[in-house]
Amino acid sequence: MQFIYSGITSGSIFALVALGFNIIYNTTGIINFAQGEFVMIGGMLIYTLLSIYGLPFLIAAPLALLAALFIGALFERVFIKSVRSPNEIKLITITIAASIILRGLGMVIWGRNSLSVDAYIPYKVLELPAGTLTSNSLLVIIVSLVTAFSLSLFFKRSSLGKAFRACYDDKIAAGICGVDVSKIRMLAFAIAALLGVIAGIVTTPISYVTYTDGIMTGLKGFAAAILGGLGSFWGGVAGGLLLGIFEGFFASVLPSGYKDAFAFLIILAVLFLRPKGLFGKKKAERL
Amino acid sequence: MKKLLGVVFMIILAVPLYAEVRLGALFAVTGPASFLGLPEKQTLEMLVEEVNKTGGIAGEKVKLFLYDTKGLDTEARKKFIRLVKKDKVDAVIGPTRSGSTLAIKELAEKYKTPLFSCAASKRIVQPLNKYVFKSPQSDTHAVGKIYNFLHKKGKSKVAIITAQNGFGDSGRTELLELADEYGMEIVADEKFRDTDKDMTSQLTKISETNPDAIICWGVGPAPALVAKNTRQLGLDSMLIMSHGVASKKFIELAGNAAEGIILPAGRLLVAEQLEKDNKFREVLINYKNAYEKRYDSSVSTFGGHAYDAFMMFKYGIEKGGKKPAAMISAVENMGAFIGTAGKFNITASDHNGLDESAFVMLKIHNGDWELIN
Amino acid sequence: MRKINYPFLILVLIILISTKFLIKNEYYLSIVIFGMFNAINASCFNILLGYTGIISLGQAAFYGIGAYFAVIVAASFGINPMLAIVLASLFSALVAFIIGYPTLKLHGHYLAMATLGFGMIIYVLMNEMAFITGGPSGFLDISKFSFFGVSIYGEHSFYIFVAIVFFLFTVLFEMFDKSYLSYKLKFIKESEFASKSFGINIFKTKLLVFSITAGITAFNGGIYAYYSGFISPVSFNFNYSIELLTMAIVGGLGTVPGGIIGAAVLTALPEFMASIEDYEMILYGCFLAVTIIFLPGGLTGLIKRILNKNASD
Repeated sequence: MQFIYSGITSGSIFALVALGFNIIYNTTGIINFAQGEFVMIGGMLIYTLLSIYGLPFLIAAPLALLAALFIGALFERVFIKSVRSPNEIKLITITIAASIILRGLGMVIWGRNSLSVDAYIPYKVLELPAGTLTSNSLLVIIVSLVTAFSLSLFFKRSSLGKAFRACYDDKIAAGICGVDVSKIRMLAFAIAALLGVIAGIVTTPISYVTYTDGIMTGLKGFAAAILGGLGSFWGGVAGGLLLGIFEGFFASVLPSGYKDAFAFLIILAVLFLRPKGLFGKKKAERL
Repeated sequence: MKKLLGVVFMIILAVPLYAEVRLGALFAVTGPASFLGLPEKQTLEMLVEEVNKTGGIAGEKVKLFLYDTKGLDTEARKKFIRLVKKDKVDAVIGPTRSGSTLAIKELAEKYKTPLFSCAASKRIVQPLNKYVFKSPQSDTHAVGKIYNFLHKKGKSKVAIITAQNGFGDSGRTELLELADEYGMEIVADEKFRDTDKDMTSQLTKISETNPDAIICWGVGPAPALVAKNTRQLGLDSMLIMSHGVASKKFIELAGNAAEGIILPAGRLLVAEQLEKDNKFREVLINYKNAYEKRYDSSVSTFGGHAYDAFMMFKYGIEKGGKKPAAMISAVENMGAFIGTAGKFNITASDHNGLDESAFVMLKIHNGDWELIN
Repeated sequence: MRKINYPFLILVLIILISTKFLIKNEYYLSIVIFGMFNAINASCFNILLGYTGIISLGQAAFYGIGAYFAVIVAASFGINPMLAIVLASLFSALVAFIIGYPTLKLHGHYLAMATLGFGMIIYVLMNEMAFITGGPSGFLDISKFSFFGVSIYGEHSFYIFVAIVFFLFTVLFEMFDKSYLSYKLKFIKESEFASKSFGINIFKTKLLVFSITAGITAFNGGIYAYYSGFISPVSFNFNYSIELLTMAIVGGLGTVPGGIIGAAVLTALPEFMASIEDYEMILYGCFLAVTIIFLPGGLTGLIKRILNKNASD
């Protein structure tokens, strides 16, 4: 049953990435193929701040989070806003281009090696029924849940959050009501980057960070979002956890290489049989 | 008149410029095998510089054409063809990885260019290809050394977990093939990929078979994760790694989980722990000091493979010249020489020249290497 | 049927022929050969994305299926290479048909994700089914290539063979571009709803195009395998699909020269970057981004604009 624990751990990361996808999708309808790169950048940032500048974690982490917001906003301005007469294909491909550029920057700035950071909390192995969980993994799970809850509160309670939801329902109507749609879009990317960086920060002590990490992380997060239902907040979380557990399960019964295939098979099954995922909402589309 | 003298002067100066030895090199400087490829690159660059300072090889300066294979076999092929066809090199040192070497083995013959590989798989020199040599110890020897060690300790239940790449594949074949010979029983056979981030599933399966020892065969960050996961799951089987992790970077990545890990490796890592009159000591200490002074980072056995390959190449040029047939025949008649990996005895039928004695068993203790017997 | 652009075809022919005479160095010839392989793949990608609006992020898988199927079948059954390649092509078209059936009912990013998932699964299978494919170490047991008895080995003879295949493909592509079918596809891309009301069976058309391009790409893959003498899964992964996407977009979606120009530029790029290899990825991404933002018609669109400007002056 060990796979449940490792599954929930990796699933929490997928959940955070899925949330990032959903936020951008909900406010802009765009699928951000570079979401995984935000996670990679998170890992790289915390490495730089901790190992190169030697800052204590309580200063490095908030700095990294601030940088995340800035990077996300910059990302939106540089890549998304500049596309004139946007259509679906252009928006999908521009985020693909962005992911390539971010990956290339990651390689140039931080090199090709895997970088590690020391654990943030004392290393302990928790003996649980039918398996073990390290303190690092527990941190991942807790941070992810806290982040998800905080975000959902933000969307439900704050006026900014309400503005987000207004944009999701109908951009034009929201604009007429005085919501600055363009600013909301920028914020959406900033928050998505924040989520990615949080994921990157908590996962690096466990499995290092390498400049190529973004690809798979992004793909799996996207798969998790679809599994849970694209656009559904808690669907993304559920999808992430489920995907992590599925993967862990398949890795324990098959040669580990096949586990990726199974994750994608599940995605294909969802797409073919129930495209709106487990908790997705139907959205009316213009013909 | 002055102009004429000037031109003649230039021509005279230019002549030695054209007479140069062109050496190609292919290393996995980036990608999962980068902590093998980078020391190899740095070692070769250091050696070429040194050699050129003293006039080159046989009076000709060495011009180095070094490309990054990124750890990819297809890239190795592309760059090899480039070295041969565009840069017109006399020989190639490298590649770093077994997979990449096997992918270009036939190209060495096709383009009649001697290849001095820095990769471990015995398949590189068996079946023998006239143009291909290799400097590292073979996985056969490594496995033999490990099994011998276990046998002496009275252990026989072994679980293996290997990487899905040329090196891991090769190692796995040897581990399975030699098991009977040393009385080993393979109770589990798991695999992982270079890019995997979590091996707890495979290790959980392994722990259910209760092995005496777990042997992990891979390079790059993945074996470090295996070590960490083993520690996390609280497995008390002995953890043995391959010589693929004989680099400080492994200890860095594995952190505390590296403590107590056993592996076969060349003597280079424990050069200082050898007795004063040990025949290997001098070569090793000299290389270690030169490398560490130049690059301010710990020496690794992989850099040593580049060193040994260069020695072979240098000898081939000095005694044979640039023509492939002559170079090859010179290297084949090199006789015994002491390299960083061990005592080489290259012959026409053995293009590697090493045996089990090239390895010593090490244990990682307090973040450093310790010689054990 | 609109008028076929003969000057363009003749230009391609001239370039192909003169290249053979001007370039003697095998290394540079090999670059051109790889460029042609890429051009055919990128053009197929272009037909899917630029003409029909299908984002096939798993397109590299068909290239790989063609390559592996051809050499495995030839090695196991001792078949003539050319026949093996044709069989591979048919197999790939069949696979595309089966995959396409459920997949092409999806749209936009769902379709992109499905094709991506499919591509990933094929990649995993290539890696895992080592007893057939040789696994991550690749497949080395590739025989020499011959075409109806004529042995083709080495850059010079392969160049001629591949150039002929490439030219034939370009001619067919040009004919396709000027045919009613290409209009039908572009109509579908523009608005599925409207084209449906015209009586176009969208699903059947898409399935047809998807299968045919998969077959062509696989055919190409088979030749690539024999030329290269070595194949490994890493050449057919998600990265390559993205490269094809970049080539098609940078070259110009929905145009015949698009895939060719895009492939030419992006295949030649690493050669000029050999000393600043580190920045290659960033440059790649920038090319793509700049094209999407500033040059929606790609380089072909740019060239057309320049030529038109000159014409009207």
